[in-house]
Amino acid sequence: MTHKKGPPAEFYQRDRLRQPPALTPDYKTSVTRSPQYALLSLENSLSEITGPLFSHNDLGPQDNDLLKNYCHSGDPIGERIIVHGRVLDENGRAVPNTLVEIWQANAGGRYRHRNDTYLAPIDPNFGGCGRTLTDEEGYYFFRTVKPGAYPWRNWTDSWRPAHIHFSVFGSGFAQRLITQLYFEGDPLIARCPIAQTIPDPDAVEQLIARLDVRSSVPFDMLAYRFDIVLRGRRSTLFENRLEGN
Amino acid sequence: MDTLNETPSQTAGPYVHIGLAPGAAGFQIFDEELGHDIAGPNAKGERIRIEGCVYDGTGAPIKDVLIEVWQANADGHYAHPEDGRKVEDGFRGWGRVIADFSTGEWQFDTIKPGTTPGRNHTRQAPHINLWIVARGINIGLNTRLYFSDETKANAEDPVLSLIEQAHRRNTLIAKRHENKEGVTYRFDIHIQGPEETVFLDI
Repeated sequence: MTHKKGPPAEFYQRDRLRQPPALTPDYKTSVTRSPQYALLSLENSLSEITGPLFSHNDLGPQDNDLLKNYCHSGDPIGERIIVHGRVLDENGRAVPNTLVEIWQANAGGRYRHRNDTYLAPIDPNFGGCGRTLTDEEGYYFFRTVKPGAYPWRNWTDSWRPAHIHFSVFGSGFAQRLITQLYFEGDPLIARCPIAQTIPDPDAVEQLIARLDVRSSVPFDMLAYRFDIVLRGRRSTLFENRLEGN
Repeated sequence: MDTLNETPSQTAGPYVHIGLAPGAAGFQIFDEELGHDIAGPNAKGERIRIEGCVYDGTGAPIKDVLIEVWQANADGHYAHPEDGRKVEDGFRGWGRVIADFSTGEWQFDTIKPGTTPGRNHTRQAPHINLWIVARGINIGLNTRLYFSDETKANAEDPVLSLIEQAHRRNTLIAKRHENKEGVTYRFDIHIQGPEETVFLDI
C-alpha cells in the first residue's frame, strides 16, 4: 500500500460508549486517577495518524515463547497454552507488522515484579512477558502457561480473573491500545471490578478468548483464540485535508 | 465490508513494567528493551531533557505511571511512511518513560521537534505527543507537551486554540530552564484538580 494515492485519511472517532469511562468507583484506584474535565476532541493531524514502526531487528527469536524465553532449569510450571489470533482494524482489514506485547502472572498468580508481594511463589523459569510482530495477515501467536487468578486490594474479597495484558500499536499513535485477555468460562470475570469498568456487556465479551480445540497441539497444549480490533480509518477525504499543500 | 468494533481498553495495571520495561520490574529478559533512545545519535536540533511528574487527584505523585512519547524531528518530520519526508538514520521519535518507583519523577532525553503540518493549511507549534497509562487509568490518556520558548508558534497553534478556557492552555506548556548541563523543560501532569491537564480525545 502506498500513501501517495491520496491524502492520508483520519481514524474513525473512538466509540467512547464501548470503552470504559475514566471514573469507575467500583475500581477504587480510578477515583483519584480519572480526569474530571471533558477530553478535548481533536480531528486527526499528522501527529495522530503516524506512530512508531517496528521491525524484526527490534526483537529476539524467542521473544514470543514464554515457555522458553526465561527458562533456566526447565520449563515453567502450569498449563501450557497457545494464545493466538489476528489484529484487525474496524474495517476488517489485517494490521500487519505491528508490535504486540504481553505480560502476565505465572500459573500461581504471582508476577515477577519487585512490587508484587503475593504469597504464591515466583517460578524460576517464567519471566511472564513476550512480544511479537503480526505477519502480513495480521496474525500473531504466543506460547505460554495459563496465568493464575490472584487476590488484590480493592474490596477484601476481590480476585482478578486469570488474564493476560496486551499492548498493541497499529500504524498510528491514535490506535495505541492496552487491554486484557480473559479466558472463556471464568466465573471471576463477572465479579471483577476492572473487567466491569466496561459498561457494555458485548464489549466485555470481546475480551474473552475462546478455547480453540482445532488449533491445540495433541498431547501438548490447548489453544485460545483472541482477535484484537484497532480503530479503522476513513477511506475518502475530499473535504477535510489533513495537511495543506 | 464487515465493520468491527474497537477492542475495549483495560488498565495497564501496576505491573505494566513486566511487559514494557522488564528491567524496571527487576529482571533482564530481552536483548534490547524498546523505547530508550528517542532521537538516536544522528539527529539534528537542540538536545533537550524533559522532566516531570504525574500527580493524582490528591496531589500525590503517581509512581507506577508509564508514558509513551511520539514526536517529529527538528525539521518537523515524523518517522513514518505517511509523512514520507526524510528523517535522520536512527531517528524513531518514539520512546517509553517510566517514573521512579520511590519519587514518581521521570525524565527523558530527546531533541526539540520542529513545527508540523496541521489541518487546513495550518502549522502546529513544536510539540511532543504523550500517552499515559497506569493502574487506575482505564484507557490511556493522550495529551501534548508544548514549549515555553515558542510563544508565537503556540499562540497560532490550532490545537491550543481549541482550548476554550485560555488559562488551561498553560497546562500543556513545558517550562524551559537552562544551566551548565544543558536545556531542561519541566512538565508536570495533573490528572485531576484545579490544575488538571488538558487531555485529548484523538
